[in-house]
Amino acid sequence: MKSDDLLLAYVTRLGDNALVLAQRKIETVTLGPELEEELANANFALDYLGQARLFYTLAGELENAGRDEDDFAFLRSDHEFRNLLLLEQPNGHFGDMIARDFLFESFYVLQLEALERCRHAGVAAIAARAVKEVRYHLRHVGRWLVRLGDGTAQSHERAQRSIDDLWRFTGELFAADEIDRAFAKGFDGPDLEALRVQWQQAVAAVLAEATLKQPEDGWMASGGKQGRHSEHFGYLLAEMQHLHRSHPGATW
Amino acid sequence: MYTQGLDQKGQTANNRGTTESQEQLAAFQRRIDAEEKIEAKDWMPEGYRRTLVRQISQHAHSEIIGMQPEGNWLTRAPTLKRKAILLAKVQDEAGHGLYLYSAGETLGTSRDQMVGDLLSGKAKYSSIFNYPTLTWADIGAIGWLVDGAAIMNQIPLCRCSYGPYARAMVRVCKEESFHQRQGFDIMLALSRGTAAQQAMAQDALNRWWWPSIMMFGPNDSNSRHSAQSMAWKIKRFSNDELRQKFIDVTVPQAEFLGLKVPDDDLEFDKLTGHYRFGEIDWQELSDVIAGNGPCNRQRMARRRQAHDDGAWVRKAAQAYADKQAAKKAA
Repeated sequence: MKSDDLLLAYVTRLGDNALVLAQRKIETVTLGPELEEELANANFALDYLGQARLFYTLAGELENAGRDEDDFAFLRSDHEFRNLLLLEQPNGHFGDMIARDFLFESFYVLQLEALERCRHAGVAAIAARAVKEVRYHLRHVGRWLVRLGDGTAQSHERAQRSIDDLWRFTGELFAADEIDRAFAKGFDGPDLEALRVQWQQAVAAVLAEATLKQPEDGWMASGGKQGRHSEHFGYLLAEMQHLHRSHPGATW
Repeated sequence: MYTQGLDQKGQTANNRGTTESQEQLAAFQRRIDAEEKIEAKDWMPEGYRRTLVRQISQHAHSEIIGMQPEGNWLTRAPTLKRKAILLAKVQDEAGHGLYLYSAGETLGTSRDQMVGDLLSGKAKYSSIFNYPTLTWADIGAIGWLVDGAAIMNQIPLCRCSYGPYARAMVRVCKEESFHQRQGFDIMLALSRGTAAQQAMAQDALNRWWWPSIMMFGPNDSNSRHSAQSMAWKIKRFSNDELRQKFIDVTVPQAEFLGLKVPDDDLEFDKLTGHYRFGEIDWQELSDVIAGNGPCNRQRMARRRQAHDDGAWVRKAAQAYADKQAAKKAA
């Protein structure tokens, strides 16, 4: 890939992560366990939606081919989305969602902190805004993981199961490919290996407080970053894109 | 908004046999007449308290249930901008629910109790939310018509005699008026769009018009609690006055959109300066209130499911808090 294409792919991937997680969160609106959590979930989903729009708009500018945020969101097919597999998994129950958000956001905060300092002004500006949002999310979901882990016997068991089930998707967070390496080299972007060490420490500390066991690193799923998704993803896109695609060229 | 059911159900004032002297009642009425705000710790007649708890909790429940028909299009919104606006709106509704429950709690009824009454079917919510959102245009129609009707009901509530409710409504109204504008904006985009989008907009108006004007409740002659609520200045205008005002404001907006209001009897009366309109199907309203609307069961099932599915989470949070408290005490 040419360096322009690598940069475009990197920015689009950030947008894809944000949009797919926003869409999953949106699916659970009106199903929260408590009104306060209903508000938090919608709020976090809005943050991610906002980040996706910024990343896609930047991607459109970089590409300079006339595509806007909606073209990226609604008119690409599944293999063109390069989000992490972790984020496209079905929501499951509240504990699954907390575990997903905790594992991802523990990584994403580190990624954004590195991006905030990177030498691409557009990406750095979005990251500077996003990191404030995600730091707050992480504090919120981290507290919930501790409550569930150290709550009742049932909640402990469920939270442990959620962490165990989702652990196999965490390898992909740190699996650097050509696109990650090009951004690290060209723009002083995040070094995923260094992030992994910090992530392990941060995750271990919260899991310990939550009285949860950290799973062994076993087999790790991968493919999302290359456009090879799980079966679930096609349905997510079908639902999200259906109306937009049904009225080609319409203005809403 | 969403106070229509108020006139449908409940007890008459002061049927608990509490002793409220004529002097107390007269002094209370003098405060009301002097436009003083009644605050949580002030003496108030039981009937006043009960009426407010019923109205405020019904309003809160309506906000919460009202998230469902709109939430139905969140995953499918046609652009990211529309998706973000709709999500912000649905989040606002959760927020309205939260501070309305808080306003209700100032009257001595806990949120758990109010929510329990909703889940058991004892408490009502606005029947408008028992209609389905079948197309994206329904999101526009809800904002434009349903929130428009809500605002008509709610603006006077900002001057309601009960302070905590009036103050909550000031904030609610600001957000509702944004909601109404975004709904109209959706309708505007559709009515200027493709033939398919225009048809979608007309179809939404056809389905939402009558339920929206039913939102103001029964005719004044059939409204059970209106007179007392007016005297207490909980309510400032009658159902029919508000309905007329809504129709007068909304019909020209429909014309601006190039849409036809589905009422063949609709006619502007030059003498009165008001629109005359056709007969409302009151049987439909009673049916929906009685539980026989298109979505009553679906809405309640989802609310109960969320509540039941969240039970283990709430228990965990409680158990954790108890452990922490015990540690602190030790």
